[in-house]
Amino acid sequence: MEGANGGGKSAATQGGSKATDLSASNTFLFSLKTLKLKTKQQELLIRVSILCLVYILAFITRLFSVLRYESMIHEFDPYFNYRTTLFLTQKGFYEFWNWFDSESWYPLGRIIGGTLYPGLMVTAALIYWSLRFLRFAVHIREVCVLTAPFFASNTTIVAYFFGKELWDSGAGLVAAALIAICPGYISRSVAGSYDNEGVAIFALLLTFYLFVKAVNTGSLAWALASAFGYFYMVSAWGGYVFIINLIPLYVLVLLITGRYSMRLYVAYNCMYVLGMLLAMQIRFVGFQHVQSGEHMAAMGVFFLMQVFYFLDWVKYQLNDPRLFEAFLRITVTCAVGVGALALGVGTASGYISPWTGRFYSLLDPTYAKDHIPIIASVSEHQPTAWSSFMFDFHILLFLFPAGLYFCFQRLSDATIFIVMYGLTSMYFAGVMVRLILVATPAVCLISAIAVSATIKNLTQLVRAKSKVAHTGTGKGTSGTKASSKASRDQSLPFQRNGAIALLLGAFYLLSRYATHCTWVTSEAYSSPSIVLAARGAYGNRVIFDDYREAYFWLRQNTPQDAKIMSWWDYGYQITAMGNRTVIVDNNTWNNTHIATVGRAMSSYEDEAYEIMRSLDVDYVLVVFGGVTGYSSDDINKFLWMVRIGGGVFPVIKEPDYLVNGEYRVDKGAAPKMLNCLIRSSCQKEQLEDEYKLSYYRFGELTTEYGKPPG
Amino acid sequence: MGKSATTKDAQALFHSLRSAYAATPTNLKIIDLYVMFAVVTALIQVVYMAIVGSFPFNSFLSGVLSCVGTAVLAVCLRIQVNKENKEFKDLPPERAFADFVLCNLVLHLVIMNFLG
Repeated sequence: MEGANGGGKSAATQGGSKATDLSASNTFLFSLKTLKLKTKQQELLIRVSILCLVYILAFITRLFSVLRYESMIHEFDPYFNYRTTLFLTQKGFYEFWNWFDSESWYPLGRIIGGTLYPGLMVTAALIYWSLRFLRFAVHIREVCVLTAPFFASNTTIVAYFFGKELWDSGAGLVAAALIAICPGYISRSVAGSYDNEGVAIFALLLTFYLFVKAVNTGSLAWALASAFGYFYMVSAWGGYVFIINLIPLYVLVLLITGRYSMRLYVAYNCMYVLGMLLAMQIRFVGFQHVQSGEHMAAMGVFFLMQVFYFLDWVKYQLNDPRLFEAFLRITVTCAVGVGALALGVGTASGYISPWTGRFYSLLDPTYAKDHIPIIASVSEHQPTAWSSFMFDFHILLFLFPAGLYFCFQRLSDATIFIVMYGLTSMYFAGVMVRLILVATPAVCLISAIAVSATIKNLTQLVRAKSKVAHTGTGKGTSGTKASSKASRDQSLPFQRNGAIALLLGAFYLLSRYATHCTWVTSEAYSSPSIVLAARGAYGNRVIFDDYREAYFWLRQNTPQDAKIMSWWDYGYQITAMGNRTVIVDNNTWNNTHIATVGRAMSSYEDEAYEIMRSLDVDYVLVVFGGVTGYSSDDINKFLWMVRIGGGVFPVIKEPDYLVNGEYRVDKGAAPKMLNCLIRSSCQKEQLEDEYKLSYYRFGELTTEYGKPPG
Repeated sequence: MGKSATTKDAQALFHSLRSAYAATPTNLKIIDLYVMFAVVTALIQVVYMAIVGSFPFNSFLSGVLSCVGTAVLAVCLRIQVNKENKEFKDLPPERAFADFVLCNLVLHLVIMNFLG
């Protein structure tokens, strides 16, 4: 029901944005003709109303999850964000900033204020406080649930202005419509997906837009605005590293291709200095801008710009090529020498830290698998399959190269930027599934350029022909212009029919895109993943709410200060919903600690008992999906526990758990596998003398079905 | 022989630069002086850091970045008010100065926050 509704609506808006392109050239719209507006005013009115519709559409298409399930927080990380936001609204900003959390990473604790990106929480808290101020008595949870859709709506507006800056307002409108429903973006911004990416994509696109605007105008004010956009991005998401590397790369490309301009100098330098200073105010980022290897490219380009400007200035003053050449040689040698010396000394003395593993794993997709199992174990860090590109982009995948063609045809500083953004982010999207999100805005913008330019050309063809025909029949006496047009038309006999056919084809493709997006949103991306839904044998919907019931059980039946051991995936949820202390959680900052838990999980019961005693564990939570057919349970994740545990404790060896290189959990499994803690606990639901395995729902279900789990 | 040739080259370079620079308008010269002052201050701080040590690293950073930021912003202003730059013909100098003041304001407010 909702699906059909949403589909119709999105298709209508999609058609609407096309209609603007038509009307921009057509200038006749029957309903508006009666209002006696001028052409310009009509266009403005249509544009604004379409933008409003797109804004609303972007919001409501993300509400499937609320309608299907309920207004709740999804997945794993959002629970941490929700918990911190709750703390922020209750205790105030300073308490939040100095918060030491003793409920996670049990013996160690975690300094929350200094180890998180506060942008999302502060944003939600500000929205909450302003709603409160306006006397809307909302719960903070509702604000958190709806933050991501709200920012997705704002992103469409930014996309419109960006498209306008890159190409024209038609392309901007198409870009807004495309990004509003693009599944690659929806996957991270449905209602309830209260994660950093929700606001970060908005900040990312805003920063890029403001920077391009600054390059185009050469104005300090726009550069300052883009520095603030960058600040917001830094405060919201670790992906800001992409910005601080892409922009210097772009500047470098412009320098090499001889497109250096004073505007570029003003925009980049102001943005870099102010952006860097602002970013240092976020404690989690701190001095990284001057100390870590990932940020050195930006600094190098900054100094390069100064040298370049100085040389340019001297060249302008000298007017003597021979002297200038001599000067150039000396200066370049000095600059390169000083730069290399500074970099060498910095790296050798350990002042500049080398690139982190995450950064390497982006440049080299196989790096993480060999060196950092904890990164490779996350499913969203896997390399992207072709099908998921198709799933997330649909026709944009074909429009993207076409858009690149149009960009190259009309090269300017702005189009070079979007081309570079598109190409680099596409590469990263191929490396990691979750970085499809970063590529989505670029793909939407470039595709929008393709769509807008194509449709504009086609409608011009259709219109020109009809005009010629009109004047030809009406006046009879046509000037040389018309006759030349007629002769040109004769050379392409089926031009008009072809144009109409192509237009219809384009509309068909776009409407398919709209239906695909709505289908994907409703079927794939609106699931909270903490409540599972399945179709029963008779087509009825079955809801499994086992996770929340298990956490509620923990909350009700365990002592206040109980320490719970689980695999790190469930850490945030246990602290947020179960309100109990956990050993490890999703903030994977201490690999050894996680490896200890992995070792406990994969050891024999008596060894595991000792390890858990040393960690002061009271309860163990193990997720088992054998009854409901839930595939991502702990048995499925078990090999990663072995690998991560084995990475620190060599006593754990992966081959011990495999049979002939295969992973089996049934009767034919390896003997070590059969006897390790996790399997035995999954199998017997046994209560060890002190460690009660909290098997609330799963155990009950198994006994109900009377089948031994696998 | 070669040494004297390079010194002569350097002298010629210096002379021609100086004579060319004499034609610069006064307001640009004032900005240049300001930039030079900021750069020299930054250099002094770096030298001081090298001798004494960079212990309150944020203080050192804010000191140097304040100077670097000032210099860069002043260079931007210089670019924008220079009448020979065709790219900024339709940007009035008042607007350029207002932007400059705004950026400096932000810069130094952030510096003050960071100094602590």
